[in-house]
Amino acid sequence: MKYIDEFNDPDLARRLLDEIHATVTRPWALMEVCGGQTHTIIRHGIDQLLPDAVELIHGPGCPVCVTPLDVIDKALEIAARPGVIFCSFGDMLRVPGTDRDLFRVKGEGGDVRVVYSPLDALDLARKNPDRQVVFFAIGFETTAPANAMAVHQARRLGLGNFSLLVSHVRVPPAIEAIMTAPECRVQAFLAAGHVCSVMGIAEYPELADRHRVPVVVTGFEPLDILEGIRRAVRQLERGEHRVENAYPRAVREQGNPAALSMLEEVFEVTDRNWRGIGPIPASGWRLSETYRAYDAEHRFDVTGIRTEEPAVCRAGEVLQGLIKPTECEAFGTACTPRTPLGATMVSSEGACAAYHLYRRMPGGPAQRGSRIPREELNTVG
Amino acid sequence: MADTATEAAVDPANWTCPAPLRDQPVVVMGHGGGGALSAELIEQVFAPAYGNPTLAALTDSAVLDLGGARLAFSTDSYVVRPLFFPGGSLGDLAVNGTVNDLAMSGARPAYLSTAFVLEEGVALDVVGRVAQAIGAAAEAAGVTIATGDTKVVESGHGDGVYVTTAGVGLVPDGVDIRPQRAQPGDAVLVSGPIGLHGVAVMSVREGLEFGVEIASDTAPLAGLVAAMLAVTKDIHVLRDPTRGGLGASLNEIARASGTGVRLRERAVPVPDEVANACGFLGLDPLYVANEGRLVAFVPPRHAEAVLAAMRAHPQGGGAAIIGECVEDHPGMVVAATGLGGTRVVDLPLGEQLPRIC
Repeated sequence: MKYIDEFNDPDLARRLLDEIHATVTRPWALMEVCGGQTHTIIRHGIDQLLPDAVELIHGPGCPVCVTPLDVIDKALEIAARPGVIFCSFGDMLRVPGTDRDLFRVKGEGGDVRVVYSPLDALDLARKNPDRQVVFFAIGFETTAPANAMAVHQARRLGLGNFSLLVSHVRVPPAIEAIMTAPECRVQAFLAAGHVCSVMGIAEYPELADRHRVPVVVTGFEPLDILEGIRRAVRQLERGEHRVENAYPRAVREQGNPAALSMLEEVFEVTDRNWRGIGPIPASGWRLSETYRAYDAEHRFDVTGIRTEEPAVCRAGEVLQGLIKPTECEAFGTACTPRTPLGATMVSSEGACAAYHLYRRMPGGPAQRGSRIPREELNTVG
Repeated sequence: MADTATEAAVDPANWTCPAPLRDQPVVVMGHGGGGALSAELIEQVFAPAYGNPTLAALTDSAVLDLGGARLAFSTDSYVVRPLFFPGGSLGDLAVNGTVNDLAMSGARPAYLSTAFVLEEGVALDVVGRVAQAIGAAAEAAGVTIATGDTKVVESGHGDGVYVTTAGVGLVPDGVDIRPQRAQPGDAVLVSGPIGLHGVAVMSVREGLEFGVEIASDTAPLAGLVAAMLAVTKDIHVLRDPTRGGLGASLNEIARASGTGVRLRERAVPVPDEVANACGFLGLDPLYVANEGRLVAFVPPRHAEAVLAAMRAHPQGGGAAIIGECVEDHPGMVVAATGLGGTRVVDLPLGEQLPRIC
């Protein structure tokens, strides 16, 4: 396994950077859709190495960040109940609900467990027939197939004590929402490679055409990101707006047929609220009628949740690429990973957390990369 | 959502977070993770309650002046699960952990105590295996188990076997090793590859298989420290980066000394198997626990000689210079990334959490 070194090679990175520097003649604003890409960009300082004219705008693709507050509060309420084993991926545990988080519920005696796969939660349900096992099924197209598989298995095995608290979201409607917002400055997208490895790229050509934006499917290692930027900038400079797959080692045009059929079997498209952004039509999945009995919201009475978002938190604008984390008044003062106001500061994939973790140099690089005003950007196409 | 009146009343400078993890009214797992929450527990709960200058130094082991002789004194509890894992066991950790805390003051560890908390129902065979591991590790580290204690708690009130060890050792004349002594110019050395212990324990505990067996690095480091001190007594800082990993240790040293640490990311020895496992789990190897590694701050004129002595010792074969102490960004650790950028390496909040995808 030499993948990591190969995709970190400084000489290759230098060559890609030289080419980007040589190509760019005007300012451009690119959005990386996924929080994993943001993490790589900030962790490796890629934005510091790009020409000043290339601005990277961080997109909404952090699954932890966009999970709505009322769903977190429902999770907290279910997890605190006696007789429940509440299972989640690790990074959901610190996300603040209205007045506490899953760690606190665990500290107060709730049976909250970190699992690495929904199938581990399913296994817990088999081994604890007298307990209700709930899995917190959040995330984009990447995590949805495995979650679908878990509930499919539960039904096949006749497990009556397993359910999902579902808050799945889909990327293409989010891109559509971003592009149609009046204040949108995005001129090209680095699409999330792992989403496309499941879904394929069929949903993107129409988006690219209609909004006249290049879409480059990109991986997550530093060289993947640089190659994505190189291709996007080349298209922008040429006035093109195509879909390109710069991650062919993982992404096939048709996606993963087995995963797609599992999604189709278990989920159906629904409207979803995105934390910090609001409702986006047809942007989520819920369990289909056949599987509705495995929906934790139906199994547990969690109605009457009242939520309250902190007023000063601007996570929504960060998620839409309207501001950089450092432009929020609360960044690094009222809002830190220890005292988070929004989920973008909690999740390791959140843009605010990435800036806080890697860019808190006094007078240093966190201050660099302030956004290019819309009027100075070039018109595309 | 807050109404307009509430919004207008918000004063960002005096804002109180609605979910202040800092003010958790209960203990959460992160309080034991060796990061910022652990530090707060010590600084806000224990230190004020005990308040004395010896404790205030907050070093791995206290150095006590007993009529001329300087005695290093340390204690630690071990609650690892599972009790036996590739490369070691609870017993090895209980000895090596305390031996290493003493060694990080430059002391020669001499005597240890052990206190067992046993859960009703645990097989005596298991207790016997832990005890034998303690005996063997003590012999390997050259220390004597001088005293001990045993308690039993009811079934369901423990996790099988907990072991607490305390230890003492003598600090040689002329040796003054503590985090406050780091100064700009010091070379930062690490004794070998990082992250092996944390990944080894995680792989067994969580049933994760990474294709190759990863063994813990647990080992006594007093011999390695003695070899380094034989080159020069002027070693400024030693630290074994256990919970919280290398990242937490470097931050503690930067904060205690008020200097900056500049890390060269590509110089940090991260084994492929650790890098791959961390990539898979979304963890940063800099924050993964070690049990047989040390980090040293050494004046630049001695750095190469100390490095050579480390590499000649069985516990330091993979030693490397990974950075230096600087005047810039006091109290902070900053890494030069492999691609030529920079990033802050912060103190982790609590334990690292595996990412969703």
